[in-house]
Amino acid sequence: MSDVLPTIPPDTSDSLAVLEKSRSTAETFGIPLAVLLEITHRCPLQCPYCSNPVELDRSGKELTTDEWKKVLSELAEIGVLQVHFSGGEPTARKDLVELVKHASDVGLYTNLITSAVLLTREKLSDLADAGLCHVQISFQGVEDGLADRVAGYKNGHRKKLEVAKWTRELDLPLTVNAVMHRQNLHQLPDIIQMSIDLDADRLEVANVQYYGWALKNRAALMPTVAQLDECTRIVEEARERLKGTLAIDYVVPDYYALRPKKCMGGWGRQFFNISPAGKVLPCHAAESITGLDFESVRSNHSIAWIWQNSDAFNRYRGTGWMKEPCKTCEFREIDFGGCRCQAFALTGDAANTDPACALSPLHETIFKQAEREAEGETNRFLYRNFAGGTLESGNDA
Amino acid sequence: MAGPRNISVSEASRPVLPRHAKLKYDDTRKVWVILAPERVLAPDEIAVEVLQLCDGKRNVGDVSDQLAAKYAAPREAILADVIVMLQDLADKGFLTEAREKTP
Repeated sequence: MSDVLPTIPPDTSDSLAVLEKSRSTAETFGIPLAVLLEITHRCPLQCPYCSNPVELDRSGKELTTDEWKKVLSELAEIGVLQVHFSGGEPTARKDLVELVKHASDVGLYTNLITSAVLLTREKLSDLADAGLCHVQISFQGVEDGLADRVAGYKNGHRKKLEVAKWTRELDLPLTVNAVMHRQNLHQLPDIIQMSIDLDADRLEVANVQYYGWALKNRAALMPTVAQLDECTRIVEEARERLKGTLAIDYVVPDYYALRPKKCMGGWGRQFFNISPAGKVLPCHAAESITGLDFESVRSNHSIAWIWQNSDAFNRYRGTGWMKEPCKTCEFREIDFGGCRCQAFALTGDAANTDPACALSPLHETIFKQAEREAEGETNRFLYRNFAGGTLESGNDA
Repeated sequence: MAGPRNISVSEASRPVLPRHAKLKYDDTRKVWVILAPERVLAPDEIAVEVLQLCDGKRNVGDVSDQLAAKYAAPREAILADVIVMLQDLADKGFLTEAREKTP
């Protein structure tokens, strides 16, 4: 079977592309294997690097239970195999058990991506009974002080540890998701040990990616080059030591890379997500790019039509939209010019080369700026909330 | 509380897919897949056949008997192949052993 099961590189950032790589029929604009469902933007936590857009969808705009059920049925019908229930905090929706049950009934593999702080043991048990297949819990650190400060939520860390324990007691597989940045990277060895103690199967060491909220907080979060090198060393050592016990996925912040990441596996190639209000998006940050109209599941179009034909998905698909230096670059089909949202946020034009790329004329300036910020004294967070953010009191000059 | 890790597959083991790994026929792409956390694997036909027999009741020996009869092949060779295949899957975390209680 070793030559039958495709080898999964441990450092792949888009591991769900495994099937595509081995079966050309599903490649390139075939319906993605997994879809991210951001069923609400409501969340009790206020993490300063939240991946939600700065303009959050209010609860009144959220799809109803019936609308989500229709979406789930449609996804299963067109060939999606897995769904991630995410947010915001997905457990903030009262109908989550019903949605998971429906997803299971139509044959979808279900993941819960949660902060865990709203869960009770009974609720988790109900979710397991409804067919939930996997739980991913985010951690902000290893001890109350820092973890609760980053999340902007008192006693959150303790609750997470408790829910992680229930998860394993209910025989659900557990992934620990640790978002890393300058202020918590020193805790990485302890986070790895915590994951083992919690009997997690996987650990995601995800360095912050700087869009949206995180871009606003870049000065407080950006790690130094030395910190990042140490982080990589620790991950590599742990992977070797924990083979067969704990799988570790690793995402580096792309500011310090020479080549940009193949963001989302390429725009509109193997990923889409659905926002709380029902917008079908090529990536969870896509709404930050102004001038693109995203179709909704509430429109007259099917999800498959939106994926294949909508203007927003086709705008940056493939390589036809590229300008120099991407246009004639030998890597253009490898990284597809990096991340469109980052290109837009940092250059004002999503069709420009992502400045994470060393070939971008802006790379040097932005790298230097990040380096200065990493060495700086700004540790204060701008917390994520519906009011456009609240600045942390104290913590630096 | 935790399920056993690093299981060792032998003729007597009664392997079964853990609840988080689901074998399913993907009607859209016309292939069998194993769905797992953040992973979709594409096992080949033989692997699918073996896994369909791994119900937590049959042991690896029973599975090999059945395949040997079906393909009129030497049992020992089949058994060796099945163990290698299942061990590989177990090492990747996609196989567990049925508990002591026989259903």
